[in-house]
Amino acid sequence: MPISYSIQIINLLASMLLLIAFAMLSQRRILSLINLFAWQGLVLSLSTFVVAYSTDQHHLYYSAGLTLLLKVMVLPWLLHRLIRKLNVKWDVETLINIPTTMLVGIGLVIFAFNLAAPISQLSESITRGLIGIALASVLLSLLMMLTRRKAVPQVVGFLAMENGLFFAATSATHGMPLVVELGIALDVLVATFIFGIFFFQIRETFDSLDITNMEKLKDD
Amino acid sequence: MMTTEQTLGILFQIYQSLLVVLLAPLLTGWVNQCRAWLQNRSGPGVMQPYRTLRKLFHKDAVMAYNASLLFRITPYILFGCMWLAAAIIPIIAVDLPFSPAADVIALVGVFALARVFISLAAMDIGTAFGTLGARREMLVSFLAEPALLMVFFTASLISHSTQLPRIVDALAHHQFVLYPSLAFAGLAFVIVLLAENARIPVDNPSTHLELTMIHEAMILEYSARHLALVEWASSLKLFAYISIGIALFVPYGIAEVGAMVGNWGSALPLAIIALLVKLILAGAALALLEALLAKMRIFRAPEFLGTAFLLAVLGLLIHFLLGA
Repeated sequence: MPISYSIQIINLLASMLLLIAFAMLSQRRILSLINLFAWQGLVLSLSTFVVAYSTDQHHLYYSAGLTLLLKVMVLPWLLHRLIRKLNVKWDVETLINIPTTMLVGIGLVIFAFNLAAPISQLSESITRGLIGIALASVLLSLLMMLTRRKAVPQVVGFLAMENGLFFAATSATHGMPLVVELGIALDVLVATFIFGIFFFQIRETFDSLDITNMEKLKDD
Repeated sequence: MMTTEQTLGILFQIYQSLLVVLLAPLLTGWVNQCRAWLQNRSGPGVMQPYRTLRKLFHKDAVMAYNASLLFRITPYILFGCMWLAAAIIPIIAVDLPFSPAADVIALVGVFALARVFISLAAMDIGTAFGTLGARREMLVSFLAEPALLMVFFTASLISHSTQLPRIVDALAHHQFVLYPSLAFAGLAFVIVLLAENARIPVDNPSTHLELTMIHEAMILEYSARHLALVEWASSLKLFAYISIGIALFVPYGIAEVGAMVGNWGSALPLAIIALLVKLILAGAALALLEALLAKMRIFRAPEFLGTAFLLAVLGLLIHFLLGA
């Protein structure tokens, strides 16, 4: 049964997506964070490819290729260039310590799985069990954005969140129309450029990328 | 009157137990030899643990004058526990007569019993190192044990049984399925194996530097035949852990007593060859892992073992979500 093997492979890739989300949450270095983001993009691209192959939908091949190009090559390259220019390679500061974050992460996974259970009952597609995993990785990326103090890890968290959403889209509905996907891809690319400009502006103003400094800007 | 199957089962049980006891130092020697090769040394050869054991058995035992009975009997209890554990695990065949005696939870209990005794014996003499080693051992093991239990639970959920033979049977003889949950459990198990067997990222088995040793600090006061038994028990423990790993994650090629009544002559050599190949590969992989990793600070160990627990719990959750 080829269809069941493809489901097994997609399940395995989904689990790897979740594992990488956890690895990102536990990461102390910005460089490895960006590498993990690239790995997550690769897993995402592979799973899209397998969904495309098993359901015989040609536009998903383009989608997989686009993911590979954008999230495995272009975005990590951009981020690498950014941190080289900003000269921040090591300092990931967290608001709460990493073991506690991991425990909160497990709680989030349980929450997401429970939340997704009734939704996936409605879905008819071959990969409905995966909505929970996609939702969990979205929430984990959100947690990473919340617990990090510096700007670069927050942006990586944002991009990883988009990965989770994209995975939910391909696994649950077999992908959005190609126009929408192109639009999102462009959005993410442009967002990264704008974030890059923001990083430089923040550093110009405060001499650091610590975003708690931004609280000084408000009026009393 | 016993049936052929029962006789064969008992024979196999005895055979497996003897094989394990005799092979365990060889596995340790093989791991050390691989490690020496990876570190560009020529190494002492795979038979070195046997030579060490023989030397130790020929020496006279020295005891601290305030050592109690506990200190004296601990090496025997340790050796007995590890031998019992190795007899429960299906290593060359499933359906052995001894294996229903304990399921995986009891197996974890057997390991815990040995740990309690070695820690108590280490504190019994009253030296600073013994106490220090015992405390560190407890710190590592109380974090490793829940992770190990979670790994077992994941495998039990897949096969609907906590009996190791049933688990192995379910995983080895059914249609091949990719289990993401088992992949997570496998990763967690490797971390637990490294921590429980005093391997490199947590403890260094070849160090005698007081600040870094855990297991060596506990057995510092033992000599001669007692030390030999403790060392042998460590080898047995490593063998037992690797066998559990093989049984849970790569059980292919294991023999079945029931199916072997007629043709044990062909099934048994096949099972032993499969076991030896798997052990050689696992030992080399362990040495490679040890060569690649660096010893971490003792206070990083909880985070390392926390990762194992996290992976095992994730495996459990993914099993519930995906049913696989």
